[in-house]
Amino acid sequence: MNGGDEVAAAPAGPPQSLDWKFSQVFGERTAGEEVQEVDIISAIEFDKTGDHLATGDRGGRVVLFERTDTKDHGVPRRDLERMEYPIGRHPEFRYKTEFQSHEPEFDYLKSLEIEEKINKIRWCQTANGALFLLSTNDKTIKFWKVQEKKVKKISDMNLDPSKAVGNGSIASSSTPKLCLANGGSPDRSYNYLGNDFSFPPGGLPSLRLPVVVTSQETNLVARCRRVYAHAHDYHINSVSNNSDGETFISADDLRINLWNLEISNQSFNIVDVKPANMEDLTEVITSAEFHPTHCNTLAYSSSKGSIRVIDLRQSALCDSHAKLFEEPEAPGSRSFFTEIIASISDIKFARDGRYILSRDYMTLKLWDINMDSGPVATFQVHEYLRPKLCDLYENDSIFDKFECCLSGDGLRVATGSYSNLFRVFGCAPGSTEATTLEASKNPMRRQVQTPSRPSRSLSSITRVVRRGAENPGVDANGNAFDFTTKLLHLAWHPTENSIACAAANSLYMYYA
Amino acid sequence: MAMINEPLYPIAVLIDELKNEDIQLRLNSIRKLSTIARALGEERTRKELIPFLSENNDDDDEVLLAMAEELGVFIPYVGGVEHANVLLPPLETLCIVEETCVRDKAVESLCRIGAQMREQDLVEFFIPLLKRLAAGEWFTARVSSCGLFHIAYPSAPEALKTELRTLYSQLCQDDMPMVRRSAATNLGKFAATVEAPHLKVDIMSMFDDLTHDDQDSVRLLAVEGCAALGKLLEPQDCIAHILPVIVNFSQDKSWRVRYMVANQLYELCEAVGPEPTRSDLVPAYVRLLRDNEAEVRIAAAGKVTKFCRILNSELAIQNILPCVKELSTDSSQHVRSALASVIMGMAPILGKDATIEQLLPIFLSLLKDEFPDVRLNIISKLDQVNQVIGIDLLSQSLLPAIVELAEDRHWRVRLAIIEYIPLLASQLGVGFFDDKLGALCMQWLKDKVYSIRDAAANNVKRLAEEFGPDWAMQHIVPQVLDMINNPHYLYRMTILHAVSLLAPVMGKDITCSKLLPVVINASKDRVPNIKFNVAKVLQSLIPIVDQSVVEKTIRPCLVELSEDPDVDVRYFATQALQSSDQQMMMSN
Repeated sequence: MNGGDEVAAAPAGPPQSLDWKFSQVFGERTAGEEVQEVDIISAIEFDKTGDHLATGDRGGRVVLFERTDTKDHGVPRRDLERMEYPIGRHPEFRYKTEFQSHEPEFDYLKSLEIEEKINKIRWCQTANGALFLLSTNDKTIKFWKVQEKKVKKISDMNLDPSKAVGNGSIASSSTPKLCLANGGSPDRSYNYLGNDFSFPPGGLPSLRLPVVVTSQETNLVARCRRVYAHAHDYHINSVSNNSDGETFISADDLRINLWNLEISNQSFNIVDVKPANMEDLTEVITSAEFHPTHCNTLAYSSSKGSIRVIDLRQSALCDSHAKLFEEPEAPGSRSFFTEIIASISDIKFARDGRYILSRDYMTLKLWDINMDSGPVATFQVHEYLRPKLCDLYENDSIFDKFECCLSGDGLRVATGSYSNLFRVFGCAPGSTEATTLEASKNPMRRQVQTPSRPSRSLSSITRVVRRGAENPGVDANGNAFDFTTKLLHLAWHPTENSIACAAANSLYMYYA
Repeated sequence: MAMINEPLYPIAVLIDELKNEDIQLRLNSIRKLSTIARALGEERTRKELIPFLSENNDDDDEVLLAMAEELGVFIPYVGGVEHANVLLPPLETLCIVEETCVRDKAVESLCRIGAQMREQDLVEFFIPLLKRLAAGEWFTARVSSCGLFHIAYPSAPEALKTELRTLYSQLCQDDMPMVRRSAATNLGKFAATVEAPHLKVDIMSMFDDLTHDDQDSVRLLAVEGCAALGKLLEPQDCIAHILPVIVNFSQDKSWRVRYMVANQLYELCEAVGPEPTRSDLVPAYVRLLRDNEAEVRIAAAGKVTKFCRILNSELAIQNILPCVKELSTDSSQHVRSALASVIMGMAPILGKDATIEQLLPIFLSLLKDEFPDVRLNIISKLDQVNQVIGIDLLSQSLLPAIVELAEDRHWRVRLAIIEYIPLLASQLGVGFFDDKLGALCMQWLKDKVYSIRDAAANNVKRLAEEFGPDWAMQHIVPQVLDMINNPHYLYRMTILHAVSLLAPVMGKDITCSKLLPVVINASKDRVPNIKFNVAKVLQSLIPIVDQSVVEKTIRPCLVELSEDPDVDVRYFATQALQSSDQQMMMSN
C-alpha cells in the first residue's frame, strides 16, 4: 500500500538503467506519406490489467488493442478483477476494434464548433467480459461498452419471412394485411388477443418458437451506453474514475464536476475557480485526477504550476484545497515566460497514491503527497530549450501540452518531447537513469548516453535530485529540433516495463 | 414454412417478433409474453419458451428489463407454484448483466417468485442459485445476490443457514465496493430474517465491518442500516451497539455521511428510543445543526420540528432553540429556507410563552429575509402560526412581507405568493383582507407576465369561493369589470378569462346582470383575439344562464361573430353556436 516503503524496499543500490527495445508499431508512416490531421493520436490509455490499450484520435475515433502474449483462458475472472496477472514475456498487442466515439458538432446557441477530437480516454471496471471506457472531447463525455457478440441466425419462423415482414420487396404490394399486422400498428392487431380470447388448455401445437442458431463467429460491438453532456462551459481536459466504481470527475478550464456513472443527466460541481469577474482570471485548471485508492481524494493542477489536493469529505463545494503543492519561484529568475512554462500540462498519481508526477514545459516533477514544501525530485526535460523560449512562444509551441506517466512499480517516470523523442528517468533514490528514446523502430538511434553524474542536492531535503539538465546531445550534434513532430501522449503499462507512445498517427510500443 | 391459419396469425407474428430486428417489435412481443405463454400452453411454456428466453439474453437492456419484469408474474403461465423453479434460470442470467436497472428488476422478480415457492423448492433450486450468484465471477452477480438472502434464509435448514450467513459476511468484505454497497443496502432486510442470537453476533459483526469501510459510499449506506437494525435489536443491545455507531457517524469525516445521519436522524431516534435520544442524540444533533458543511445543516434544519417532537419542551428550549436562532441567520440561504419551512411546527412543542418570547423573533427575522424563498416558506406555513399566536401579533410584519413578495421582480416569486393568497385570506379573515390585500389582487391582473395574470384570474375565482358571492359582488366584480376598458388588449383578455372563471361561482343572476353585458360589449372590440375569446367565454356561459338568456342575448351575439371578417373569430363563434345547439337538444 505504502509507496514509500515499496521504493525503500527496492534492492540496495539504484536499479539498473533499462535497456529499451522496440516492440511494435501500429499505423507506421511510410517515407514521405503525409499525415492526415484526423489520424493524429490525441489520447492513449492502458486499462488496469494492462491487457488492453486504447487510443483516441483527432477524428473522434477510439481504437482498441488487446494483449496477445498472455492467454486469458484458465485465469479465474475474479482474479482478473483483482488485477493479479501472471507476468509473461514482454507485452505484445494486436488491433482489436475501433469505433467512432465523437462526431463534429455545432453548438447553435453559442455559435461554436465542437471538435470531435478525443481529449481523454479512461477505462472503467470490466463486467461480464465486456470492456467499458469513458471517452471525452471538449464538451461531451461518453460511456462505451465493447463486447464480443456471437453471430446469431434465426430460422424456423411461424411465417414465411419473405411474406410476413413488410420490408420484403414483394410483401408490401401483395399482402397489405400482413404488413399491417407486422409493422404498422401492432397494438391494434393484437387487441383481440386480450384476456377474453381463450386458448385451448394444451396450447396451440402449430405454433413454434423461432430457432436461434449460434455460430462460433463473433464480432465486436461497441455501444454508447451513456452520454454525459451539457455540463461544461469550457473545454474538458480530464476525466478520471473514482475507486468506488460508481463515480467519476470531469474537469474543464474552470470547473470540476462529479458524476455518477449511471446518471447522465445530473452532475455536481465540486470545484469552481471561475472568478466573479472574468477579467480577474489568472489561473485555470489544466488536469485533474482521482487518487487511485482513496475515494475522497483528488488532485488538480493549474496553469500557475500548482497542484491542489482536495478532500471530498470536507465539504460539498471543495473550493478550498486540503493541500497545495507548488515550488517557490527562484528569486531573480522571473521573466516574461516564467508563468507560461510553469503551467502544468498533466498530473498522474503513482499507483500507490503516495506520489504525484507533474509535467510542466521544462520539467517533470515528482511530489510526495506528504511533503508540500517542494517536489522530491525534478527532472529536466527541456532545459536546453530555455534560450529558445522566444521562438517557441512565437510559434505557439510553448503551449504544447505534454503528458507524463509513471511505471507501475513507481520506480521510473517518462514524458515526451520534440522530434518524436521521449525521456525516461529513474526516480528511485540514487538512480541516475535518464534515457532519451526516439519513437521509431530504432529507439536508441539518436540517443547519446548521458554520463552518470552524482545527483546534486538542491536543499537540505535529502531526496531532492535534479538530473537530466545536461544537454541531451542531440541538439549539440547539430540536429535541429523539429517542433512539428512532438510526442505529447504516452502511457506506461501498469505492471510491466512497456511504454506506448504516439508519434503523430503512429503508435509505437517499447519494452525493457 | 408452416402454414398458420387465420385466427392464429397475430399470435404467430407475436412469437416471430421475439427475434425481430426492430427493438420496438421485440419489446412489444416481450410485453405480451403472457399471451404467447397461454397460446403455447403451460407445458410448452416450461419446456420451450422459458429455455428459449434463457438462451436469448444478449438483447438490448430495454428488452431485458421488460423480460425481467414479465417473468416476475409468470408463475400462473408455467403451471403454478409447483413449477415456479423453471423461471429461475432466465432470471439468474438477468441478475448478471451489467445494467443496474435490469439486475434490480431481476432480483425483484426473483424475490417475488421466491416468496411464493414451496419450501422444498426453495432449498432445492433457489438457494443453490443464490450461492452461485454470491460466488459469481463477476461483481454484477455478487451485487445481485445480496438482495436475495432474505427470501432464501427463512426456509434454509440449519447447516445451510450458517453457510448463508458466512456468505453474506464475505460479501460485506468483497473487494469490489459495488458489492459491499449492495450488502450494506440489503443488510436490514436480511437481518430481519435472522434469529436473535445470530443477529447479535454475526449480523452485528458484518454491520461493524461496513461501518468501518474506507469507502464513503459504503459507510453512507450503513447509516440507513442503523435504523433498520436498531428496530430489530432489544433496546439494551441497541443502546450498546447501534447508538455509539450513530454518534460516531454524526462526527464522520465525510460530510456525506453526516448528511445521511442528519437526514435519517428521526428514524435513528425511533430506533434507539426516547431516553438515549435525549441523552446522546441531542448533542449529536446539535453538532449537526452547527456543522460546517451547509448541506448537512440544510438536512438537519429540515428535521428540527420532527426532532423536537421527541423531546420535551424544556430540552428543546435549552438545546435546540439556541441553534435554531443561529440557523436563522445562517450564511446559506438554503439553510434558512429549510428552517423556514419547518420552524413553525416547533410552536406547539415549545408552548405559547416560549413561542412568543423566543420563536417569534426568529420567525419575524426570517419573514424579512433577503431571499424570497425563505419568506415564501414562512408564509406557506401561516396556518400553523395562526393557531399558536394569532394573526394580530403577526399582521404588522406579515403585511410588508407579503407586499414585498407581491412586487418581487422575479415573476416566479410573485406566482408563488399568489398561490398562497387564498390560504392567507382564509387565515386572515375578510376584514384584514379587504383593507390590505384586495388591491394587490387587482394589481396582479395587470401584471406584465402572462402566467401571473393567469394565476391572478384564478386567484380572484378562489377568493370568491372563499368569501362568497356577496362579498365578491362588493369587492371583486366591480374592480375586475372596470379593467375591461384597459387600452391593452392582453389585459382585456385577462379580464375575459377572469369573468369566465367567476361566472360559475357567482351564479346565474349575477352572471346575467353583471358579467354577461360586459362580455357582450367586448364582442364589439376592435381586436379579433378579444372577439374570439368572447365567443369562447360565451360558450362557457351557456350552461350557467337560463335558456331564455341564451336565446335572447348570447346566440344573437354569436351569430354576429360568426359572420366576422376574421377567420378565427368565425371559427370559435361557430363552435360556440354548435355547442349551444347540442345543449338545447339535450335539455329538450
